Amino acid sequence: MGPMNPSIPSKRDGLKTLLNQAQALSDDFTRDEVIAQIHQTGKEICHESIRYNDAEKMMRSEKLDRILTSKIWGFPIMLAMLGVVFWITIAGANIPSSMLAELFSWIEGYLTLAFKAIHAPDWLHGVLVLGLYRGLGWVVSVMLPPMAIFFPVFALLENFGYLPRVAFNMDRLFKGAGGHGKQSLTMAMGFGCNAAAIMSTRIIESPRERMMAILTNNFVPCNGRWPTLILLASLFMAAGYTGGAQTLVTASVVMGMVIIGIIVTLAVSWALSKTALKGVPTHYTLELPPYRRPKFWDTILRSTLDKSLFVLKRAIIIAAPAGVITWILANIMVGDMSVLEHVVAFLDPFAKALGLDGFILMAFILGLPANEIVLPILLMGYLSTGAMLEIENLTELKQLFLDHGWTWLTALNMMLFSLLHYPCGTTLVNIYKETKSFKWTFLSFLIPTVLAIGVTFAIAQIARAMGWV
Amino acid sequence: MKPLPSTHTHPRSLKQHKKSDDATFRIALAGNPNTGKSTLFNALTGLRQHTGNWPGKTVIHAEGTYSYNGNSYTVIDLPGTYSLFSNSADEEVARDCIIYEKPDVTVVVLDATAMERNMNLALQVLEMADRVVLCINLIDEAKKKGIHINEKRLSKQLGVPVVKTSARNREGLSHLQKVIKEMAYGKINTNPYRIRYSDELEEKISAIEETVLSTFGDRLPSRWVALRLLDGDQSLIDSLQHRIELRRKEVGAHGTDEPLYPVEA
Amino acid sequence: MSQSHIIPLTEGLPGQTIRIHHLTLEGTMRRRLLDLGFVPGSDVTVLQRSPLGDPVAFRVIHTTIALRKEESSQIYGELIGSEKNETTT
Repeated sequence: MGPMNPSIPSKRDGLKTLLNQAQALSDDFTRDEVIAQIHQTGKEICHESIRYNDAEKMMRSEKLDRILTSKIWGFPIMLAMLGVVFWITIAGANIPSSMLAELFSWIEGYLTLAFKAIHAPDWLHGVLVLGLYRGLGWVVSVMLPPMAIFFPVFALLENFGYLPRVAFNMDRLFKGAGGHGKQSLTMAMGFGCNAAAIMSTRIIESPRERMMAILTNNFVPCNGRWPTLILLASLFMAAGYTGGAQTLVTASVVMGMVIIGIIVTLAVSWALSKTALKGVPTHYTLELPPYRRPKFWDTILRSTLDKSLFVLKRAIIIAAPAGVITWILANIMVGDMSVLEHVVAFLDPFAKALGLDGFILMAFILGLPANEIVLPILLMGYLSTGAMLEIENLTELKQLFLDHGWTWLTALNMMLFSLLHYPCGTTLVNIYKETKSFKWTFLSFLIPTVLAIGVTFAIAQIARAMGWV
Repeated sequence: MKPLPSTHTHPRSLKQHKKSDDATFRIALAGNPNTGKSTLFNALTGLRQHTGNWPGKTVIHAEGTYSYNGNSYTVIDLPGTYSLFSNSADEEVARDCIIYEKPDVTVVVLDATAMERNMNLALQVLEMADRVVLCINLIDEAKKKGIHINEKRLSKQLGVPVVKTSARNREGLSHLQKVIKEMAYGKINTNPYRIRYSDELEEKISAIEETVLSTFGDRLPSRWVALRLLDGDQSLIDSLQHRIELRRKEVGAHGTDEPLYPVEA
Repeated sequence: MSQSHIIPLTEGLPGQTIRIHHLTLEGTMRRRLLDLGFVPGSDVTVLQRSPLGDPVAFRVIHTTIALRKEESSQIYGELIGSEKNETTT
C-alpha cells in the first residue's frame, strides 16, 4: 500500500487510455458478431443436449391463444373473465361478511358490559368501542371477505399466464392513446392496490409511457374502493332484484364502473400524450409465456399472505386512528353543534352541487390516507348524528342512507367520485418516490380530483334539470 | 430492515478466506423473465424475505435467506432480464451485482421449455463469472411437452454444474442447495464455457484485455470487460468511471486503501 | 437468395415461417430484438394477430413474442414455408 496511494489517479488515467484504445478498435459490427456468435453457440449446445420428442405438445399454448386472443373471442372472453372474477367475489363475500359483522357486534355487547362493569367513563367507551372498535369491525367485516376471494382468484389467472394476453389484446387501444400495452398489466395490479401498481409500472421501460401509467392508474378501482362500489351497487342499483339476479346486477354495475374507469384511463392517457407527455409511442416487445396450470393452494396461500393480509393490516393501522378522530370530532361540541357537524355544514352546499352531501365529502377528505376507511367514516358520521343503531344487516344500512336523504343519484355519484377521485396517501407517497417530482405528484392528485368534481357536478346538474330526482 | 447490498463495504475478502462452518454466503439468482425464478426464490427462502430498491435505481431489490447444513445463505433475486448488455436499468442492476459484488455463487435459472433462448443469458453470465450453477427450472413442464434435456452432457459442454428443478413442486431444491454449498466452499472446480469469436475480434479482445488487467487487476472479468468496451457499452463505461470516482473520494476522506472491488480469494 | 424474396415480417401471414435476413432498426430496440432471438439466420413463425390487428405474435426459438408493426416492419427475411392451413384471419 503506497503512502500516497498512487494507484488511484493512475487508474483514472488508465481508464481513459483503455477507452481510447477500445474506441479505436471498435466498429459497428462488434455487437452483431457477438450476439450472432452467442446465438450460434447456444443453438449448437442445445442441439447436442436437448431433444424435442413431441412437436404437437409444443403447440398447446399457441392453440389456446388462437381462442383467447382471437378476433372474435378475445374481448368477450376477457370481459367474461373479469365479470366472473367480480361475480365470485361478490357472491362469495356476502355471507362471511355478515357473519363477521354479527361476530363483531356480539363481541361489542360484551365489551360494553365490561366497560360498564369497571365504571369506565362514557367518553372512554365512546372513543374505544364506538369509535375505534366499531371502525375496525367495519373494515374487517366489509373488506376481508372480498379481498380473501379477489386476490387469490386474480393470482390464479396471473399464474395461469392470462395477464400477458390481456396486454396483447389491449395494446392497440393503448397505442392509440399514446401508451404502452403493459399499462394494462399495471392497471390489473391496480385492481388490487394502486400503491403497489405504481411500483409495478417499472415494467414499462420508456419513461414517458411509464409516467402516463402512473398518472392514470388511479382510475381503476382498488381493493379499498371495491366495498364502496359493491355495497352501493347492491343497495341502490340492484334493489329491485333478489337472489342470483341481484348478484348478477350488482356485478354488472361494478363492471360498468370498471369499464368507465378504463375509458377514462384511455382518454386521460390520450390527452396527456397530446399535452404534458408529448411524444411517439416507443418500442415495444411483449413475451407471451406458455400457459401453466397454477399450483392451486400455493397460489392461494401466497396471495393471501402477500396481498390480502398486507392490505388488511394497512387498512386497520389507518382506520383505527381515523375511527378515533371521527368519534372525537363528532363529540366535541362547539356551540350547539359538534365539530363534525360544523365541518359537514361547511362542506354541504358544495357537496350538494355534486349530488353528494357534506358527510360523504368529509368521509372522502378524511379518507385520504386510505380509501378503505371512506365508508366506515361515513357511517360513523351518520350514526353519530342519527339514531345510534347498530348495523347488523344491509336493510338497516340502506334505511340509514335513506334517512339522510339518499337517492340513486347520491349512490351513483358517490361511486363515480370514489372511482375518479384523488389517489390515496400511500399511492401519492409512492408516486413521489417513483417520480421524485412534486410537479408530477401534484398533477396525479389534481387530474383525478378535477375529473371527479367535474363529472359528478355535471351528472347532478343534468339529473336535477331533467327532473330525474 | 437490513441494509441494502453495498458494493464497497461488503467484507467479502475476509469471508472468502475463512470459510468457517458458520459462514454466510451470498447467492445471486439471474435469469430471463418467466422462468419461475421468483418461484424458486420463494421456494428457497420461504417468508424470510424483504424487498426494497437497488440504491439509486427504480428497480425492485428482493433478498431472502435460508439455512442449509448449518450455513446461512443470502439469496439476491436479480431482476429478470433477457441479456446483460445494459439495455435497461434492470440489466444494469443485474450486471453490476454479478461483476462488482461477486456473489459466492451465481445461479442462472433457465426455462426448460425455452432452453435455446435462455442459453443466451447463461452464456453471457459464464463470460462474467466463474462460480456459476445452471438451474434448469420448470422441468415438469418440459416433461409434459416431451422435451428431454441431458444435463450431464450440458454440464460437460458448459463447464459448470447443471441442476434440474421444478421449484413449484419443490423438486430438485435440496440437490441445488447441495451444489450451491459445495461451490461456495470451493469444492467444485468450474471451467466456464467462453465463446470464441472470429480471429479478428479475438485479437482486439486480447489487446484490450491487457489494458483492462493493468488498470483493474483481476478484480473484474477482464475478457468480458474488454468485449463490452469494444462493443461501446456506454453504461458499463459510466459505471466504471463512477466507481473510480467514488473510490477516489473515499481514499481522500479516509486515507485507507481498501480494495474498491472485492478481491477474489 | 435474391433480394426480391425478402419481405418484412409484417407481410407474413399466420402460419408462415420467415428466415430473418436483416434488421433496419437501430439502438436499444435493435439490441432488444437481437436478445430475443430476432437475429439474421433464425426462423420466425407468424402466429396470431391480436383482436384489433396489431400487435402480432411471433414464435422465435421456442418462445412467443408480440411485436407492434412499427418494429416488425423493420425486420426483413425470406419466406421459407408455411405450416398447414391454420390461419385465423
